[in-house]
Amino acid sequence: MTYIRLDYSDLLLPALLVVMIGICSIALQLRLERQLAIATVRMVAQLALVGYVLTFLFAAVSPLWTALAAILMVLFASQEIGVRQKRPLRGGWSYVLGAACTLMASATVTTFALLTQLRPDPWYNPRYALPLLGMILGNTMTGISLGLDVLTNGLVRDRAAVEARLALGDSRYHALLPVTRDALRSGLMPTVNAMAAMGLVSLPGMMTGQILAGVEPVDAVKYQLLVMFLIAGGTGLGTLVAVVGGTYRLTDRRHRLRLDRLGPET
Amino acid sequence: MHCDHVLLEVRSLVRLNVNVSFELHRGECITLQGASGSGKTLILRAIADLDPSDGTVTLDGAMRESMPAPVWRRQVTFVAAEPGWWADTVRQHFAAWDEALPLVKELGLPSSSAEWNIQRLSTGERQRLGLVRALVLGSRVLLLDEPTSGLDADATAAAEAMIAKRVKAGTGVIWVTHDADQARRVASRRFTIKNGRMTEERT
Repeated sequence: MTYIRLDYSDLLLPALLVVMIGICSIALQLRLERQLAIATVRMVAQLALVGYVLTFLFAAVSPLWTALAAILMVLFASQEIGVRQKRPLRGGWSYVLGAACTLMASATVTTFALLTQLRPDPWYNPRYALPLLGMILGNTMTGISLGLDVLTNGLVRDRAAVEARLALGDSRYHALLPVTRDALRSGLMPTVNAMAAMGLVSLPGMMTGQILAGVEPVDAVKYQLLVMFLIAGGTGLGTLVAVVGGTYRLTDRRHRLRLDRLGPET
Repeated sequence: MHCDHVLLEVRSLVRLNVNVSFELHRGECITLQGASGSGKTLILRAIADLDPSDGTVTLDGAMRESMPAPVWRRQVTFVAAEPGWWADTVRQHFAAWDEALPLVKELGLPSSSAEWNIQRLSTGERQRLGLVRALVLGSRVLLLDEPTSGLDADATAAAEAMIAKRVKAGTGVIWVTHDADQARRVASRRFTIKNGRMTEERT
C-alpha cells in the first residue's frame, strides 16, 4: 500500500484558494473575510493539534487515554448542540440532553462495530475506535441538533394546536405527535440524503481518503458502507432518544405543555 | 334553573397573581368578567389543568389529581377564544363528524364545511367549529373563553341557545365574556375579577 506523502509546504498552493475566496468577499462586500480567516486558522490549528494527539494516542494504546479522548469529543459535540439551538432548554438541559444522547448513541454503535465487525486487538484500539467514533459523533450531533431545534421551534409555533388537543383530552404523546414526527424527520434527513446521493453525486471523504492512501477502491467502499450503516444507526438512535427526551422535558406528568422550560430566543 | 348539587368546587386556586374560590352547581352557568389581563383566561386554563397551579379543584367531590389529566379534561373542557387546529381540513379535527353535524348546522354552517380547508376559515367559523369540537365530548363542565367574540348577532344567539340546552341538561358552564348584556342573558351568577380576586356581582 503506497501513497503520495504531503508536506505542510505542499498545502500552501491549495490554501491560496481560500485566500481567493477572501478577496472575492472583500470585492463583493460580503463581509465574510474575517470569519473566513478565523475559520481557516482554527481549522489548521485544530487539525495540526489533532494530528499530534492522535499520534500520541495511537502509540499509547491506553484504554484510559482513549476513553478520555472519547469523552472530550462528546463534550465538544454537546457544546455544539447547545449552541445551535434557537430556543435552548432552560437550566443547561440542551447540553445535558445533547451529551447524554450523543454519548449513548455513538458509544453504543462504535462499541458494536468494534466488537462484532472490526475486532481490533485490543478492541478499544484508538486507531480504529477514535476515527470511527468521530465520524459517527459528527453525524449524530447534526441529527440531534436539528431534531431538538425543529422540536422546540415547532412547539412554540404550533402551541395553540397542541394545547387544543390537550384541552380536548388527548395525551401529551398524541398532542405532540405531529411536531415530534417533523423533528425526527428533520434530524434523519441529512443522513438519508447523504446515503441516497453517495457514489453518484458525492464520493465520501473517508473513502476518498482511503483511496488516496493506497487502499483498493473495492475495499474502501466496504469500509465506507460499514461507516454509513453505523452513522445511520447512531444518528437514528441519538435523534430518537433526544427528541423523545425533549418532548418529556417540554411536558409534565399532568400532560401540560411546558414552554416555560424553554429559554429566550438566541 | 340549576340544582344545589355542587358539580365543581374550586378552593384557593392560585395561578400567578390570581387567587379564587367558588362553587359551580350542576346545570349552572356563571360568567367571569373583568379587564383584559385581569386573569380570566388564567383561571379557566388552571381549572382545566393546562397550567400548573396551587389549590384544590374537585369534580363531584373527586380531586383533579386523582384522575389522569386527559380524563379530567374530557370532563372539564376548556375552549380557547382562538381555537387551535392541527390538520388540513375541518373533518380531520372530529373523531365522528356525523355526531358533530347536527351541531354544526345548528350554528349556521353547511354540511360541506367538513371538507373546508382550515386556512380559509374566518374567525367566526373557527370559533363555531371549535365550540362544536368541545360540545361533542359531552363534558360535565365547559370552560368557555369568549366563545362568541367573533360572531355576528344571529350566530351569537344560536351559540347561546345551544349552550343553554347543555346547561338545562345538567352541564356546568364557566363563561368568560366582555359583554355585560350577554352575561345577564346567560348566567345565573356573575363574577368579576379585579386585583386577582373574584367577587360576585349583586343586582
